[in-house]
Amino acid sequence: MMEKLTSVIYWTHFVAVALFGLGLIGFLLRRNALVVLMCLELMLNAVNLILVEISMRTGTSEGIIMVVFVITVAAAEVAVGLGIILNLYRMKKTVDLSSFRSLSG
Amino acid sequence: MSMQTLFLILLLAPLVGSIINGLVWRSGSAKLSGAVATSAAFLSFCCALVLFGQVASDSPIEMSWRWFEAGSFAIRWGFRFDQLTSVMALVVTGIGTLIHLYSIGYMSHEKGPYRYFAYLNLFLFQMLVLVTSSNLVGLFVGWEGVGLCSYLLIGYWFEDPEKAKAGMKAFLVNRIGDAGFLLGMFLCYQIFGTLEFQAINAAIDAKSGFNLHLMNLMAFFLFVGATGKSAQVPLYVWLPDAMAGPTPVSALIHAATMVTSGIYLIARLSPLFVVTTDANTVIAYVGLGTALLAGLIATSQNDIKKVLAYSTVSQLGLMVLALGCRAYVAALFHLVTHAFFKALLFLGSGSVIHALEGEQDILKMGGLRKSLPITFLTFGIGTLAIAGIPPLAGFFSKDTILHAALVTSPVLWVGGAAVATLTAFYMFRLFSLTFLGTYRGHAHPHESPAVMLIPLCVLAVASAVGGFLGVPHEFHFMPNYLEEFLKPVVPSYAFEGTSFVGPYLAMTITTVLAVGTALLASFLYARPERVEAISKGFSPLRFVFSNKFWVDELYGVIIIKPFQVISRFFSSLFDPKIIDGGLMLSAKAMRGVGGLITLLQSGVVQFYLFFMLVGLVLIFWLLLKGMVI
Repeated sequence: MMEKLTSVIYWTHFVAVALFGLGLIGFLLRRNALVVLMCLELMLNAVNLILVEISMRTGTSEGIIMVVFVITVAAAEVAVGLGIILNLYRMKKTVDLSSFRSLSG
Repeated sequence: MSMQTLFLILLLAPLVGSIINGLVWRSGSAKLSGAVATSAAFLSFCCALVLFGQVASDSPIEMSWRWFEAGSFAIRWGFRFDQLTSVMALVVTGIGTLIHLYSIGYMSHEKGPYRYFAYLNLFLFQMLVLVTSSNLVGLFVGWEGVGLCSYLLIGYWFEDPEKAKAGMKAFLVNRIGDAGFLLGMFLCYQIFGTLEFQAINAAIDAKSGFNLHLMNLMAFFLFVGATGKSAQVPLYVWLPDAMAGPTPVSALIHAATMVTSGIYLIARLSPLFVVTTDANTVIAYVGLGTALLAGLIATSQNDIKKVLAYSTVSQLGLMVLALGCRAYVAALFHLVTHAFFKALLFLGSGSVIHALEGEQDILKMGGLRKSLPITFLTFGIGTLAIAGIPPLAGFFSKDTILHAALVTSPVLWVGGAAVATLTAFYMFRLFSLTFLGTYRGHAHPHESPAVMLIPLCVLAVASAVGGFLGVPHEFHFMPNYLEEFLKPVVPSYAFEGTSFVGPYLAMTITTVLAVGTALLASFLYARPERVEAISKGFSPLRFVFSNKFWVDELYGVIIIKPFQVISRFFSSLFDPKIIDGGLMLSAKAMRGVGGLITLLQSGVVQFYLFFMLVGLVLIFWLLLKGMVI
């Protein structure tokens, strides 16, 4: 099973890796907290894409079930994340992450 | 009432008195707080009398409670009231009561002397703990307790830095002795496996297989403890300075009771000290040296209390000499008679000082026999007693000691006879300068109140007849009551050996010397102008004596100066540079490493996220390689 998966590369993999990479770069480099949250979603969905693709290709349903879980957790995570961002905005009237540096040692 | 209850009252009455005076009542009147303290002491004395009758006819009273245990090492709060204890307890509470009574008059000018009476009662309690304890640890508790009270009372007038310093000196010098005491105690446990007096003495009586070398060492260390408390060479220097305290304190603590606790300790362990011949030689010669040194210094002191202080050191030296000659009963006998006449002399000097409004210089006294007739009479009896004029107390006790010295070694006897002669000389010098001749001061002396004179009279009677308690065996007209009484606890050892003079001749020689010197001194010093003429011939000697052989200065050079140099080195170099420097270095190193690590704590959330990612990647990589799990 493991050998079979690693030996074959489909175009959807490139799309997923590209999406994940974009998400990662944005996640690490962007200053806007909202955009960072969106980049996080991008990375999650890149993984979802691969899971769906594998599921379709092998005709099994585990991947799809996993995707449903990921979407559920992501929804919860966004709710929490947006709540935090809202509070950050209330505190400093901005969502620019560079202005939240009070953890500096 | 059972004897145990009576014993507890004896022990606790002074403590209760001390608590009432010091913590509860704090009366502003010398009469009221003095009455409480005196009745506590008197109650204790009555109990001691009843208990004395009990032990004289019946068995000793014993009681003990568990104190602490560590494995097989168990210490009990043990008390034992036997013959030796009863003698000590009677002396302590009897003279204590008289001195409490006297203090009411002496301290009447003080404002609120409740503190004084509280300390005095506390001292009585601690002294009773010392003499009634059945083991070395309990004795040590009392030993330290009386040291504390001594410190508090010497520095009673602590506003005067000199007096506060005198208290501190007494406390510190005693610490040296106490270190010796502790070492002796450790050795005792090492050798005998117990610290109970009864067990130690029984063990020595039962078998002789103990390591004699170790026992000598133990005896020596315990004696070092005694040199501190009983003011022997080389630790006697605190006692003359202790005269900074109120005069009744000098009488009770620094003459009659506390300073004799070293003698008591050795007498208590007499079965041990009989065996340790090497230690005995040291003890005898230290005692003789102390007696001679202090006697010589006393001949040229001009402060009435300093003369008596050096005289006390000298008499304690005689007692220690007796201990070194294994004449334990003789030492205890002299302890008792000395307690009588030295307390009397100190109280008499207190009466004089009180009458002259604080004057202590005997050169500014003289002729006081007219204005202080009762003090003059009682002081005179005390002087005769200490000088060893027959048939007063000092004659018998001193003669018993000299007899023991005579059969031990001729050198000790010659030294002892010299001490007796010196005693007669300095005491009659003091007596003549104070009471004979004409008055040389400017105060208006007046006789002390009755509350101070009653103790003087009682003690004068005791000093006069106290000697008949222990008439030596050479006189066949009376039994030696003290020796008979103490026999179960302090065995009297038969003195065998030949001496170069017979006991009667020896006694005659010392008595004639004492009487002759006494007459000479009273003739000389009744008119100080005679002294001026004679003392020119002796000026180098007087110079040495009046400077006390420069012992304090010597200690200053060989102990205090080096100690200060070392302390200064440590305080200026070792402490700031090496100890503090080392600490600061490690602190700096910590701060440096911390500074490096704070670079990571940038506060930028995404920076942290990056590390999280790196961590995740690392974990997955390790998982894939199968290195984890």
